[in-house]
Amino acid sequence: MSSPRDVVITGIGLVSSLGEGPDAHWQKLAQPGLQPVLEAARFAPYTVHPLPEIDWNLQIAKRGDQRQMETWQRLGTYAAGLALDDAGIKGNDELCATMDMVVAAGGGERDEAVDAAILAASESRNDRDVLLNEKLTTELRPTLFLAQLSNLLAGNISIVHKVTGSSRTFMGEEGAGVAAVETAAARIRSGQSTHILVGGAFQTEHSDMLLGYELAGYLHRGPWKPVWQRQGTEGGGVVTGSGGAFLVLEQREHATDRGRKIYAELGPVVSGRARRPRGELDAEIAALLKQVASPNGKLLALSGASGAHTATSAEKAALDANPAIAARGFSTLTGHMKEAQFPFAVALAALAVDRKAAYPVFDAAAETPFEGVPAAVLATAIGYHQFEGMALVNAA
Amino acid sequence: MANLNDHMGRPIVAVTGIGVVTSLGVGKADNWAALTSGKSGIHPITRFPIDQLNTRISGMVDFLPSSSKGASPLTYELAELAGFEAVTEAGLDSSNFGGPLFLASPPVELDWAERFSLYNSDKDKDDTAAERLLRVARSLKELDIFETTQFGSIADRLADRLGTRGLPITLSTACASGATAIQLGVEAIRRGECDRALSIGADGSATAEALIRFSLLSALSTHNDIPEKASKPFSRDRDGFVLAEGSGALVLESLEAALARGATILGVLGGCGEKADDFHRTRSKPDASPAIAAVRAALADAGLSEDEIDYVNAHGTSTPENDKMEHLALSTVFGERIGSMPVSSNKSMIGHTLSAAGAVEAAFSLMTMRESVIPPTINYDNPDPAIVLDVVPNKKRNAEVRTVLSNSFGFGGQNTCLVMAREPV
Repeated sequence: MSSPRDVVITGIGLVSSLGEGPDAHWQKLAQPGLQPVLEAARFAPYTVHPLPEIDWNLQIAKRGDQRQMETWQRLGTYAAGLALDDAGIKGNDELCATMDMVVAAGGGERDEAVDAAILAASESRNDRDVLLNEKLTTELRPTLFLAQLSNLLAGNISIVHKVTGSSRTFMGEEGAGVAAVETAAARIRSGQSTHILVGGAFQTEHSDMLLGYELAGYLHRGPWKPVWQRQGTEGGGVVTGSGGAFLVLEQREHATDRGRKIYAELGPVVSGRARRPRGELDAEIAALLKQVASPNGKLLALSGASGAHTATSAEKAALDANPAIAARGFSTLTGHMKEAQFPFAVALAALAVDRKAAYPVFDAAAETPFEGVPAAVLATAIGYHQFEGMALVNAA
Repeated sequence: MANLNDHMGRPIVAVTGIGVVTSLGVGKADNWAALTSGKSGIHPITRFPIDQLNTRISGMVDFLPSSSKGASPLTYELAELAGFEAVTEAGLDSSNFGGPLFLASPPVELDWAERFSLYNSDKDKDDTAAERLLRVARSLKELDIFETTQFGSIADRLADRLGTRGLPITLSTACASGATAIQLGVEAIRRGECDRALSIGADGSATAEALIRFSLLSALSTHNDIPEKASKPFSRDRDGFVLAEGSGALVLESLEAALARGATILGVLGGCGEKADDFHRTRSKPDASPAIAAVRAALADAGLSEDEIDYVNAHGTSTPENDKMEHLALSTVFGERIGSMPVSSNKSMIGHTLSAAGAVEAAFSLMTMRESVIPPTINYDNPDPAIVLDVVPNKKRNAEVRTVLSNSFGFGGQNTCLVMAREPV
């Protein structure tokens, strides 16, 4: 039963190593046996899924705006523009000025050359705090700070795309993406908002972005393997990817009144914080699964599993325990996109619902085929280190 | 029987616990005593060397065990102290709060001390700095350093410590963050998702690099000679904000739930308003229209008209641009009345606590109403003739204050305003 206050998805903006836009992603991902785009040399021993070629001008018209950002903010601003275009909102001043925004963000890129110079000098100096002052006061580019600030991805989206109803930035890895989608949906359902831009981006091709995982040994090393097949291999199991995912969520009535195409309805969105050191993760995943999905027949699941050994094996076990679930670990083909992971999962789920077809297996050894039309699709993001979330995406 | 719903039929949101830490001290009592006596917490920087720095003063919190341990540990300690004080005052179990947590905190990065120590722990290989850091990183046996780089870890630890419910939300809306944390709590209660929420703003990120970054943007005061005089909001010779640290926490509770358990009502969070600015990354639209829209949205949300606001707790950063823009916004919304309305800036005494500011200043706004005392704007010796405001100059004022507007504006076009009331209306 549809209701006027349902949350529906009317715009999708995607960028990953596979390309850009919902159509390109659908066409690629619908190909059986698609091979991932990998970059194994540049950050060896780590493999990453690199950004595709992007013409930033298509979504960020002013060169001056592009110069104020580093790649992470450009990527997010670009993906947000794709979603706004897709929803028919871009350039509509009235809709943009009343549009709310929740961005899931980490931080932007540091200046690697400045950092490296400071570290090199630190080998021969004991007054490292003084060294820092000397180098940072003279070598930091003043505007780089703005390219690093978490909330300036949203700030740039406001400047470039004129989304100004409200602007909030959530931080906290995959959990930020989960909370952003969950909060946005709750605001629409309760009548606190009519249309919201929600999503995130992750730019992994920078050593600090890899360091954020590797300080706990989370990254996979050695030859690449699909996300479900990294247990017992060298390293921690995570292969990262650059990408971004933004969604336009809209109150059903708002979308139908302006005659927009609806991809899918966003059903329940749930989140959790298992106290993992106490062994709560298995039970938490099972509880979330029970809250969102009581499948009648087979259920397609777009899993955001990162490959991190403990979290991924817990999720795999929970999904496998329900023979009705056919999981697709999309990180096999895109890499792990941190804050963007959950919005990406929801977007891929919405695409499958919209196209009335399931994705073929992304990993023939670990995934099972899905026949027929998926009326509802599960999206998951079990954090590589902390926080969990799921959503059910239903036919429009 | 009190009315439990507001003018829009939503649950009224009461405040039942307040916590605060600033450079003036730990806890409400010490802070309030200092604030109302016009005392400044701004002092010379001692945490790191000041060689080469144009700004050598700050409102850092230098008296906590974590003060010298880096941004993440200090931000956590600040948040925990304020959160604990608030939950305890509310009469709730401080290890089992039982509602969601909304944390405003600064973006985190690997601290330089850790960067240096990782890099220099393995000098023998011929590799780049980035390669070396990654190689050393993956052999670490402890998670301590890793967790300082995870944006969700401070909230995760707080959730463990205070027993909050569910996935904690960590947010940043730059210098409006603290106000946004409160807004998220208010919205969750209004949606009926919870009876209570804990909103905390905490910022312990005044590192050398942070100071230098703001300094390179010409945002900071360089009046180093008399530190306590450097922050002078609305003065003609104001020359930037003073970087500071602190935390503020509110226990928000539906009035119904608060009354049902016999809690003391410390105030009411009546309205929240926000509006993003698309003008520039650091500058506000010259006509102040986004700030004006945010103030008006907060008033509308609270169901109050302009003449029902008794006092404005200003953003008042002491930067040339903010104070001018804020004056324009306030005079546009409140008209001629603004000249006779008290408008003061806590930042004259505590500096700009960044991610914490909105929460710290909401805490002080609530105390202003409860105590019927308006903290002054100190260092107001040289008024800006273009900004005609009653800034409550230099000395506290006794006054009945039934309602407060608290403003928070930040880089990235962030504008968030809160309207608070002493009593449920």
